[in-house]
Amino acid sequence: MSRRLSQGGRLIDRSRTFHFTVDGRRYGGFAGDTLASALLASNRTLMGRSFKYHRPRGVVSSGAEEPNALFGLGTGDRFEPNQRATMTELYPDLTALSQNRWPNLEQDLGGLISRAARVLPAGFYYKTFLRPRVFWKHVYEPVIRALAGLGHAPAEKDADRYEHFNVTVDVLIVGGGVAGLQAARRAGAAGLRVLLVEQTAQWGGRAPVDGAVIEGKPADAWITGVLSELQSMPNVHMRPRTMGAGVYDHGYALVYERVTDHVSGAQGPRHRLWRVRAGRILTTTGALERPLSFAGNDLPGVMLAGAVRDYVVNHAVTPGERVLVVTNNDDAYRTALALSEAGVTVPAIVDARPGGGGALAEAARSAGLRVLTGTAIAGLSGKRHVTGAALCLQDGTGEVTEQIACDTVAMSGGWSPVVHLWSHCGGKLTWDVDEVMFRPDPNRPPTGADGRGFVEAAGAANGYLATADILGDADRAARAVTEALGRSLDDAPALQAEREETAPIRAVWTMPEKAPVKLREKMWLDYQNDVKVSDVALAAQEGFESVEHAKRYTTLGMATDQGKLSNINGLAILADTLGAEIPAVGTTTFRPPYTPISIGSVAGEARGDLFQPIRRTPLHHLHEAAGAVFEPVGHWRRPYVFPRDGETVAQAVEREILTVRHKVGLLDASTLGKIIVKGPDAGRFVDMIYTNKMSTLKVGRCRYGLMCSENGFLMDDGVVARLDEQTFLCHTTSGGADHIHAHMEDWLQTEWWDWQVYVANVTEQYAQIAVAGPKAREVLETVGGMDVSKDAMAFMDWADGALAGIPVRVFRISFSGELSYEIAVPASRGEALWQALRSAGETHGIAPYGTEALHVLRAEKGLIMIGDETDGTVVPQDLGLDWAISKKKDDFIGMRGQQRRELSRPDRWKLVGLETLSGGVLPDGAYAVEEGRNANGQRNVQGRVTSTYRSPTLGRGIAMGLVRNGPDRMGEVLDFPGTDGVVHRARIVSPAFYDPEGERQNV
Amino acid sequence: MLILHCPCCGIDADETELTPGGTAHLKREGPGSSDEAFERYLFLRENPRGVHFERWRHAHGCGKWFHAARCTMTLEVFGTYSAQTHAPPREILDRIAERRPQERREVA
Repeated sequence: MSRRLSQGGRLIDRSRTFHFTVDGRRYGGFAGDTLASALLASNRTLMGRSFKYHRPRGVVSSGAEEPNALFGLGTGDRFEPNQRATMTELYPDLTALSQNRWPNLEQDLGGLISRAARVLPAGFYYKTFLRPRVFWKHVYEPVIRALAGLGHAPAEKDADRYEHFNVTVDVLIVGGGVAGLQAARRAGAAGLRVLLVEQTAQWGGRAPVDGAVIEGKPADAWITGVLSELQSMPNVHMRPRTMGAGVYDHGYALVYERVTDHVSGAQGPRHRLWRVRAGRILTTTGALERPLSFAGNDLPGVMLAGAVRDYVVNHAVTPGERVLVVTNNDDAYRTALALSEAGVTVPAIVDARPGGGGALAEAARSAGLRVLTGTAIAGLSGKRHVTGAALCLQDGTGEVTEQIACDTVAMSGGWSPVVHLWSHCGGKLTWDVDEVMFRPDPNRPPTGADGRGFVEAAGAANGYLATADILGDADRAARAVTEALGRSLDDAPALQAEREETAPIRAVWTMPEKAPVKLREKMWLDYQNDVKVSDVALAAQEGFESVEHAKRYTTLGMATDQGKLSNINGLAILADTLGAEIPAVGTTTFRPPYTPISIGSVAGEARGDLFQPIRRTPLHHLHEAAGAVFEPVGHWRRPYVFPRDGETVAQAVEREILTVRHKVGLLDASTLGKIIVKGPDAGRFVDMIYTNKMSTLKVGRCRYGLMCSENGFLMDDGVVARLDEQTFLCHTTSGGADHIHAHMEDWLQTEWWDWQVYVANVTEQYAQIAVAGPKAREVLETVGGMDVSKDAMAFMDWADGALAGIPVRVFRISFSGELSYEIAVPASRGEALWQALRSAGETHGIAPYGTEALHVLRAEKGLIMIGDETDGTVVPQDLGLDWAISKKKDDFIGMRGQQRRELSRPDRWKLVGLETLSGGVLPDGAYAVEEGRNANGQRNVQGRVTSTYRSPTLGRGIAMGLVRNGPDRMGEVLDFPGTDGVVHRARIVSPAFYDPEGERQNV
Repeated sequence: MLILHCPCCGIDADETELTPGGTAHLKREGPGSSDEAFERYLFLRENPRGVHFERWRHAHGCGKWFHAARCTMTLEVFGTYSAQTHAPPREILDRIAERRPQERREVA
């Protein structure tokens, strides 16, 4: 059984007992425990189920690499799935739920799948569920979906708060083990601004557990000394529980801080995402131990040797009473010694190396431990937990030589440097045959803006495993970084650390080496995704020879741990199957984040009201008070409609339309883009920007214009007013103002930089109000202040003046087809003008109208709307706007594009009006079908609906659409099948449904 | 997340302040150009693994366009310069030649 030892535990405080709940059962643990150590201390070793076969899983590691011990933490609006028990610090009343099991973890019915494991090899899903096709939708997919997935997604809105920090530092050091501490100390002494982060709550990493002795002191004492030294440096900033998540271009890094996860009921942000710009990044991220591949290595009770040592030394927990140690390197002997010292029986140390280990092996023998060399595990006994091991010769095929009773197996396949952060931004690796590891290639680092490497790896992360080497490498790296940043570093004597004589590691990829298939089928590589040695071999045989293909075919390394334990073992098997060298096979790509980070931390403060900035017009609060229903238009919020008491939205829209047609309406047009183009070459410039000849526009007049992209496609439209000889005011669509302004700046700055023109986006400087309807003139006359008669101000004139004592610029332009004045005033006067107009119009039945009425009014007139009739593939000629394209100009943006064959094809889809035979409304976006089917078996189409409304003015549905050769086919009836199963029939008519001669606006 | 020096306002701008504008030094083809020339101008780009001259706008800064010479593989920046030019300035070309002797021919 796993239990708490009566003594020891460098991280726990036995005077503080915390109670916690897992699957409704109460347990106890100590302050300083992790959820994993506390469960082990309570003899709970079953912690999860695997993803594919639902096999029982116990905790295998003690850190961030844990693939098995995943729990849902918290409840309700603070629930979060897939949290690693090894990284979860215990706090009072912690609540956890096991995952991926039904009805419970002990009796998981999904475990029955495991019995079918032999017929579920790699690629099983791809091969099996192809036929019959109809089964996929109704049988396979629902069943697979019900069984698949680990934790459940939270059902409630996240109650926690998250935030971002933006910092700039000289050096970011990731990893607070002895290498990181030593490097921070040196870089700090050189005066650099240092940010040192450590993903766990403790500084010092593995050194204290491994019994390192530095400068004659136990590692713990040395670490305490360095910490106080670092804390006294104002230029060094240290953060525990903070992980280097990703490294990106030019020294950018994301750092993930778990601020309050370890405190119950804590205030303040839960997670913090640090966006760091660092001159240099130093990764002292240590190394991860590899499992060994032997039959039955996924049974609960099989753990990494380093992890067993962690639990014994840090938490005074032994995972078992009889712990068999199996290894291919010296380090695991430390685990045997630690166990033995704690009074736990180690029946044998199984060493795959014929020559065995070095000084540590001697120490083990001296401690009376049995050491078997050249030996391997042939298989384990036990169904839900290890009960014994069968041994064999490593160089054989698995003939059992001996049985050993044990309840735990501590395995070590060697250590892999954590090279993730080195690799994120392009750092390359090199395979070290002697050390059996991929390590950073110092000649191929990720490069920054200056072309030099900006990431430096040090210590175990750089492939050094002995404490003395780690500290020496940290000094080297600190010097390299300091000098790269233009500072100098005093010479300091190298630190002294005890060093044992070690025997070399042996590359062991399967145990035994010549294991037959029946053993390979039981050797797990990826515990969470149930990928076995035989699966990778099968993938290679089936042609998935690239490591990236083999990964996706087998799902090796695609679990939540992203292959931290399985990748190197898996690619070694792949290389072996292919008869290739390991470096030739290579690794899969390391991508950020290092371990999953919360979505909340990515969003930071940008949620709810702070999700994005909202643009409000100067009249916004008046609309709110009037009960307007708003709609987003770009970042703007515009009134969609102003419903009155008891009105539905549809009724209110109809009323607003009829008000404009019969009386007078008021529209907030402030969002309309307003760009000033000014200078001696302004006329020349607008002639290039617009398809029309704008330079001939007279001062005091307005003209509707079209803007195209260089492709020739219609991009934006609006009315241009010539303010004086050198000044044009260009109105754009509400959503287009910013990008049209940018478009103009682009051409002025990078193509015609010698032209004397300035452009300025003055959209927000003005409130703009449209007064539209037959009574519009009377309203303005009631307000008083300027002559707005037809003689003084004809259609498409503009004039400066004053209304109600407010300086105004009045444009006689119309988007509704009615008599209309658009009045621009300084933004701060918008409210006064709006109220003056409302009270002056009261006797005329004036009412504000919203964007929906605006859309219907323009559609009744057959006027196009950018984004409805255009979609980036439509040229003005498609919309019957040839009249707005100058024939006299030599050039304008889009002119050459429109000359392309495809865009001048005679049978293009062109704008028409559509009138349903029934009088009903056509579905938006519906296609007009014709005879025959295309190569994909779909109906051939000949047109589509672009705008469709019920017209209250005409009392029936009206629509605009693009139809092949449309204008030549007036009167033809087309079929528009709707998604409702009804075929709507509509006749092609002119798009100008109402007042086609324009008599109403020209009065 | 690149950092590029804006030659107009003098700031080392984070990529979040910038908008990219694709390949620099394109020659505009207007009416009268051949289909091939227009296609080349509008659509065909080199997309090199290596030195690239590109357009950037300091959109959330001074608003000005500028050009950058950058290696698309190593992200080394050889320099940024005014957008009001038809070709990279001599000192940028010299720096590239010095840093990338094997690519000299392509650049020149």
